[in-house]
Amino acid sequence: MSNLFDLLVAGLATGAIYALVAVGFTLLWQTSQTINFAQGEFVMLPAFLMLAAMHVGAPFWLAIILGILLSMILLGLAFKMLLVDPMMRHGVLPLAIATMALAIGIKEAVKQFFSAEASPFPSIVPTGDITVLGHVVSLQSIGVLVVAILAVFGLTTLLNRTSLGHQMQAAAQNPTVARIIGVPVERMILLTFLINAFLVALASLLITPIYLAKFSSGEVLGQAAFIAAIVGGFNQVRGAIAGGLLIGVLDNLAAAYISTQYRAAVPMIFLIAVILFRPQGLLGRAEERTV
Amino acid sequence: MKSTLLVGALLTAITTTGAFAQAIKLADVAELSGGGATVGTNWKNGIDLAIEEINAKGGVLGRKLEVTHADSQSNPGVARAQVQKALDAEPYVLLGPGYSGSVKVTAPLAAEAGITQIMGGEAAELTQAGNKFLFRTSFGQQSSMPKVAKYIHDDMKAKTVAVVWVNNDFGRGGRDVVIKELERLGSKVVADLSTEAGQADFAADVGKIKAANPDAVFVYLNEEESARILKELKRQGVTAPLMGETTLIGQKVIELAGDAANGARGHVGLTTDAPVDLIKGFRDRFSKKYNYVPDHNGLKGYLAVYMVKATTEKMGKVDPKAFADTLHGLTIKAADEPGILMDVTFDQNGDIDRQSFLVEVVDGKQVVKQVLPKVK
Repeated sequence: MSNLFDLLVAGLATGAIYALVAVGFTLLWQTSQTINFAQGEFVMLPAFLMLAAMHVGAPFWLAIILGILLSMILLGLAFKMLLVDPMMRHGVLPLAIATMALAIGIKEAVKQFFSAEASPFPSIVPTGDITVLGHVVSLQSIGVLVVAILAVFGLTTLLNRTSLGHQMQAAAQNPTVARIIGVPVERMILLTFLINAFLVALASLLITPIYLAKFSSGEVLGQAAFIAAIVGGFNQVRGAIAGGLLIGVLDNLAAAYISTQYRAAVPMIFLIAVILFRPQGLLGRAEERTV
Repeated sequence: MKSTLLVGALLTAITTTGAFAQAIKLADVAELSGGGATVGTNWKNGIDLAIEEINAKGGVLGRKLEVTHADSQSNPGVARAQVQKALDAEPYVLLGPGYSGSVKVTAPLAAEAGITQIMGGEAAELTQAGNKFLFRTSFGQQSSMPKVAKYIHDDMKAKTVAVVWVNNDFGRGGRDVVIKELERLGSKVVADLSTEAGQADFAADVGKIKAANPDAVFVYLNEEESARILKELKRQGVTAPLMGETTLIGQKVIELAGDAANGARGHVGLTTDAPVDLIKGFRDRFSKKYNYVPDHNGLKGYLAVYMVKATTEKMGKVDPKAFADTLHGLTIKAADEPGILMDVTFDQNGDIDRQSFLVEVVDGKQVVKQVLPKVK
């Protein structure tokens, strides 16, 4: 059990990334009943936008800014206006299928225009180790964890402590009443899409130095974040955060103490157990459906 | 005059069409996307370069070579469908795939069709099933792993070894042979860790290696995962020497892993850093055409096409049925066919015998430490 601490830190760092991505699932679901099956590809794409900027000579810091801005335009604004809004009137299922098609489209486009091969990606966190409580921990794990926690803390503060956040929550919970009391619902929904785009760009920046920039890297990430969102509670931001951290830690502990061979199965078994015994997720709330 | 010109034009058109129809058609099925995209892309580019060179010099027996590329998506099921589709078009020779798992499920199809398959897979079992139409472009694990185990035992002086491998046909095949050989030589395997293809987080695996405290670590994963585990091994401060095969010290791995690749050693059947003039020439031409240095898969694809050329010229005719019979037992000398790069012999199983190399990554570059002679 000597390396339990290391496993926990590494698991929390990976889990924090899952949490960032999973939060996007819950935000879009709450405000627009959208399940975005391209969420993994949304994390993959910003890294390539940043790489493209660097290829044409931009320094890393500028590439980060450009990448985040472009992500917000493409994965926030354009995604909402060109795909979600037109498809929404046909219902949730056609929209979900459209996002699956979008995932394939993004993957193939990146493969075509960049490369099928993986590329290295610079890290915003310096490589190296520090000693915490007698354990050597990588700065990268700590950095990823801290940035992700700050982002989630910022988001929850925005949602719970500001007027803008309250308007967003009102728009999410009951758009009709929100409109009556003067909340600009459409603008709040757009803001949610932009926040999701910012979060995935941030996740991309944090995780790509570890996962490497590759057109197919969104598959694993999207799946893990989706499981995290369901486990934590699809309709609660705090549930997505808890689910992400839980899946990250569980994956590492399962690999270390159960079997590396069956590590991929453990989160799935956990998911099935949660669906069977607490379908709304660990921190989610049960939703009633009108038939 | 006009009628003469018209007849001339018609004759030219007929001749041209005839020459086009007589092109020798090859079919390639490779990992152009998915986990093996690095493998497949290098393999494909090697094939295209060889065909371009051969056609520029007049083709094979005066006929041009043509190839169609299909994407297996690194998935054996897709590979099988693509190979069936390729065989339906009756190619002269089938090239690929590169992944052993895909070769395993496609080889029976090619054998049933009587079409020779020249592939990149290295799993030991592939050529042990009595398939007379299957040929390697590089060593099988039954040839390479005993050399690896001997190096770990004799040169690294490792009494305890951790073995980490990817859980697919390729990884499992290598793991089985190397463990058997290590134990036969007297080195104890203190950790036997399987990992998944496409795995991103190796913290737990490396934690287990650290806990086992081995004298050496044998790493046998695909390229991208090799890069990730090298980074994690460095991050967690594992100081035991690392030994692998071609996939641990390839150019792409070095590029992806950066500093973490330094010090890693491996046995390679093929490397573009080999101290062989013909290989250096290949490396230069490939780099000029594609703007990057190929890994061993680029060499494999290139050699596959030159195997087709040399065998066909040996026969003196384009005969798909006689092709495999001719290639069995054939020795191709680089002096006669420079495209084959090194003297090579194919045995009755389709296995290959030629020189190989022991390589170490020093300052981000492969450095050949030893040249190992042909086995026979």
